[in-house]
Order: sequence, then structure tokens, then C-alpha cells
Amino acid sequence: MDPGSDGTTKLMASKYEKILLKNMEQPGYTGSLQDYEKAGGYQALRKVLGGIPPDEVIDIVKRSGLRGRGGAGFPTGVKWGFIPKDHPGPRFLCCNADESEPGTFKDRQLMERDPHQVLEGMIITCYAIRASLAYIYIRGEFRLAAKILERAIREARAAGYLGSRILGSELDVQIHVHAGAGAYICGEETALLESLEGKRGLPRFKPPFPATHGLYQKPTVVNNVETLANIPHIIMRGAEWYASIGSPPKSTGTRVFCLSGHVKRPGNYELPMGTTFRELIFEHGGGMRGEKPLKAFIPGGASAPFLTPDHLDVKMDFESVAMAGSMLGSGGVTVMEEGTSMVWAALRLMEFFYHESCGKCTPCREGSSWLVQILQRIWQGEGRMSDLDLLVDLCKNIEGRTVCAFGDAEVAPILSTLRYWRSEYEELIARAEASRSSKKELPVVA
Amino acid sequence: MAGSIFDHLQEEVQDIIGRYPVKRSALLPLLNLAQREEGYVSEEAMKAIAALLDLTPPQVYETVTFYTMFNLKPIGKFHVQVCKSLMCALVGSDDVIEWIREKLGIRVGQTTDDGLFTLSVVECLGSCATGPMMQINDDYYERLTKETVCRILDELKQQGDCPLKSGPFMVPEPTS
Repeated sequence: MDPGSDGTTKLMASKYEKILLKNMEQPGYTGSLQDYEKAGGYQALRKVLGGIPPDEVIDIVKRSGLRGRGGAGFPTGVKWGFIPKDHPGPRFLCCNADESEPGTFKDRQLMERDPHQVLEGMIITCYAIRASLAYIYIRGEFRLAAKILERAIREARAAGYLGSRILGSELDVQIHVHAGAGAYICGEETALLESLEGKRGLPRFKPPFPATHGLYQKPTVVNNVETLANIPHIIMRGAEWYASIGSPPKSTGTRVFCLSGHVKRPGNYELPMGTTFRELIFEHGGGMRGEKPLKAFIPGGASAPFLTPDHLDVKMDFESVAMAGSMLGSGGVTVMEEGTSMVWAALRLMEFFYHESCGKCTPCREGSSWLVQILQRIWQGEGRMSDLDLLVDLCKNIEGRTVCAFGDAEVAPILSTLRYWRSEYEELIARAEASRSSKKELPVVA
Repeated sequence: MAGSIFDHLQEEVQDIIGRYPVKRSALLPLLNLAQREEGYVSEEAMKAIAALLDLTPPQVYETVTFYTMFNLKPIGKFHVQVCKSLMCALVGSDDVIEWIREKLGIRVGQTTDDGLFTLSVVECLGSCATGPMMQINDDYYERLTKETVCRILDELKQQGDCPLKSGPFMVPEPTS
């Protein structure tokens, strides 16, 4: 279906069973407690409280193969298993709702359209890791999502799903919404914890990991919204069911892929892991928005290296995208048509990273500023051929030399566009050099 | 505290502080509350928060300055923030910035003479499938065109509200 006359795109039937978006795609579904219960909500919580011991819940999640949906893809059950059993507590759960990776907008939809699915996942997780206090760290700009979650928390508390002695059991869980205030880095789990402690959001050295030294130096699990939303379904339908979906054994289940850029139907598409980029872009996304063919795409949010039309048949699972030289990251797929300057695209993303560098590590703090300046002068027709080596040299001195993964992320757009579209950089520079020599200016000294 | 901006918000303040086992965690929520009340975070507010949380004013200040959403100076009644990150730029965010500059007669970072609008350009707001977009105060406005941008600014000026703001987000839209 083409975009409607109002510029919107309507939902179409999918050949795959949806898990996370199933409820919200039902006509009239509001995400209220009543709607959620009618759709089978909170049955998974009843099931675990009815006699699945916490350790068995962890084991089920391990066997399901669920991996973190925030970007790093760490096995969720394994993360939970790192929480020390003999610790006197308290233990904490933090739901990472800081969704800030450019190209990613799935958590916003999961929270605004089906908030109880996230809450139920959180309550079960608290049960599994024996935590009684949980926070939803949500990016400050998501005011509507925060309001919707707060309302859902009130509903759940009134119905006995949250609070003390949940559903008559021994389980006590409180959940609070905690809004950030505009800092991309707070999506990094240790920066998130610092921010939640009321400090500047600077990532911590790891180890120790949050599982042993997290919030207030206590054992803490940090899980992404989408990760947590999967938990009730895994409990209800079993580890084996979940593990059979997608690209087992390493990339199981579905993912909500966020499609943006020059396509006809941008949006959130829940597909089994291992679906190809071609299918996402051309079947679900309706293909390119106009006559121009696809030139490039980013496969997993701004931190993921760019890929080319040659990579369209790569499967969207963690291993396949890594094999292709990029990463599945946050699941944000951004499509660019022919005619889009790759130098410009790299510059736009670099401006983002420069703006968001937290300033803790020198290579990133200083390097991001240099990278922006060099890209700007190339884009504005003032570059020199030696800038290309300088860019690579700078990137190599940032990559792997920072406390968190931000350093690796910020060099990805530059290194990957230089790899596949180096000639675009060279053409801009050659034109600049020709114009300089025609003006008989003094040669530029390095 | 006598004369604190939180005087009439005691219940809300205590509720916020009570959510955390360590007081300092209430810092960002209280700063958000202060900005909601005054439109920016004033020096008085920072001092009041420091007293509430047993912090020094510099501890509050060092934290405030890390987070871009906190305004340390008064701004217009409506804070217009246009996303300029790559995904929105691919679908025309630079045009949106131009339309708003033209319509309001101000540059990025400025406030209109009537004190109504401040224009900022920001990085990704998590609305990449529905760009170009902007946030005005608490609300998102998406899939902007020149017509809708003009209408939004006009209605905010005249009525203080505009029905074009986004509701619960879902794209593609459900068939209702």
C-alpha cells in the first residue's frame, strides 16, 4: 500500500506471527490494564508466582536464547545469572528506556502502546533476580511515554500486580519512572547508573560489572525495554518455542526493526531474526520512496558501519551482520537513496557524536571535535588529500581506546563510508584543490 | 525552606525523594520539576535542591551542566526543538528549520520579541520514521510540512495548544 493521501502509512498484514506488537495491532487496543488483561496479560506473572522458582525463570530465559535488544546483544539469562546469590541485597533492576540511538524508535512504541507488557516483564525479572525496587530510566524527551507508564504503574498497583505481596505472594516490587535530561550516553548502562544516582552520566570502568557493582554499588540488572517485553511471552509459551523462532541457536526470537530514511513505508516492523534486509526494505517497507535506487543503508543504528546494496541479502541476525562488517546494534535500519552524499551523511552523524561525547576520555572528547572539523572542511570544499589519512589515523586512535563503546561507534560512519565511497571524498577534495590552485593561493601547510 | 520555589510542591517533592534509597538520586527529577515550574533552572532552584538533598550547590551545578535539556536561562513560553540528525535530515529537517526561521523571524538559539518562541536545533529525538519532526515543550509534532509548521506555530500563539501533536506512537498506524 502506498502512503495515504494524508501522508500516513497504514498497517498491513504480515506473514509472521507478531509477539510484541500483537496486542497493539488489534483494532481498538488502548494499552489499558483492562485491554492487556483481556489479551492474556499478567498470566505469565501468575504462572511464575504459582510455582516456578526464580532460578528456574533464569534458566528458562537462558534456554530461550533471548539476547539484549538495546544494542550489545548480550544473552539476557546469562546476565541475570551473574547476580550473586549470596549477596545480602538490595538488588535492583533498571529498565533502559533511554532510546537515543539515531534510527531507533521501537521502545517508544512499546511503552506508549502496550506499557503493561513492559511492566509485566519487569515484575517477572525482579522476581527472578530477587529485586524489589526497579526504575525505568526513560529519556527526558519522552514525556508522553513517561506519563503513560506512570498511569500504567498506578493501574497495576491498584490491581495488585505491583506493590507489597503481589497477588498474595511473598513478592514485593516497586517500579518508578525516572526521566533523564538529554544525554545520549546515558543509554550506556554504567552511565545510566551514574545518572540515576544523580550525577553526570559518565560511563564507569568495567569490570566490575553492574551485576555485582551496579546502582549504589549493589547487584543490578540493566535491560532494554524490548528485552523485558519479551519475558512474559517466553514464560507463557516456553523457552523452546522462543528458541525455535528466528536464526537459532544464536539469534532467537523476533526483533522490532526500525526502518527509516528514503523508503515508502518507514516504521516499526516486528520480524523473525534472520529476515534479510532486502525483505525488510522492499517488502515490508515498500521499497524506495521514488525512482532513485538504494545507495547505502545503516543496519543497526548510527553506531553501526554503513553497508551497500551488495549487502541486501545479509540476514538480520547478530552473526550475519557482524560477518558483513557491521552490527545489528539497536535494530535501526536507515536507507539512503542514490544522490545522497556519503561525506555529508558521515558529517551529520559525526556532528551527533561530537555533540554527545561525554568528555570523560581524551581520545573521544578531543578526537570527535577534530573529526567534525575535518569532515566539515571537506564537505565545504576546503579539504586536502592528506585529510583522508588524517581521518583514518584519528579514528584508529579513538577506536578501542575509550572507557565505553562510544569511541568505536563514532568512528563507524567515517571508516565505513571511506571504505565503500572513498572516491566521493576524493572528488570533493580534488575539486577544492583545483579551485585553490586556479586562485593561485599559497599552498596549504599541514 | 522559606521562599523556595518548592514551597507549594512539598508533597510532590517528598514523593520524589521517597522513591530512592539514596537522596542524591532525586536530583534529576527535582531539576525537571524546577524547570517545569519556572521554564528554566534558576540559581535559587539549584540552591533549594542542594539543601533538600544535602548536597553543595556546586554538586548540583556540575550535574545540571551535563544535561542538555536543562535551560540555565529563561527561554520563550514555547521551546521549539527541531531534530537535525541524519535520519530527519534525509527527509527534510533543514527545510523545517528554514520555515520556522522565516515564520518567526529569529535565528537558531534566539527568542521572539514577544517572548513566546525559542528556536533550538537538537540531535535525535527518537522519531526517525515520522520525520521531519520537532518537539515543542512536552509534545512531539511529526511528518512536518510547511503548512503544518505554520499552523502549529499559529495555533500555539493564538490558543496555547495545537491538536496536531502526536498521540501514543505507532507507525505504521493501526487500522482502526
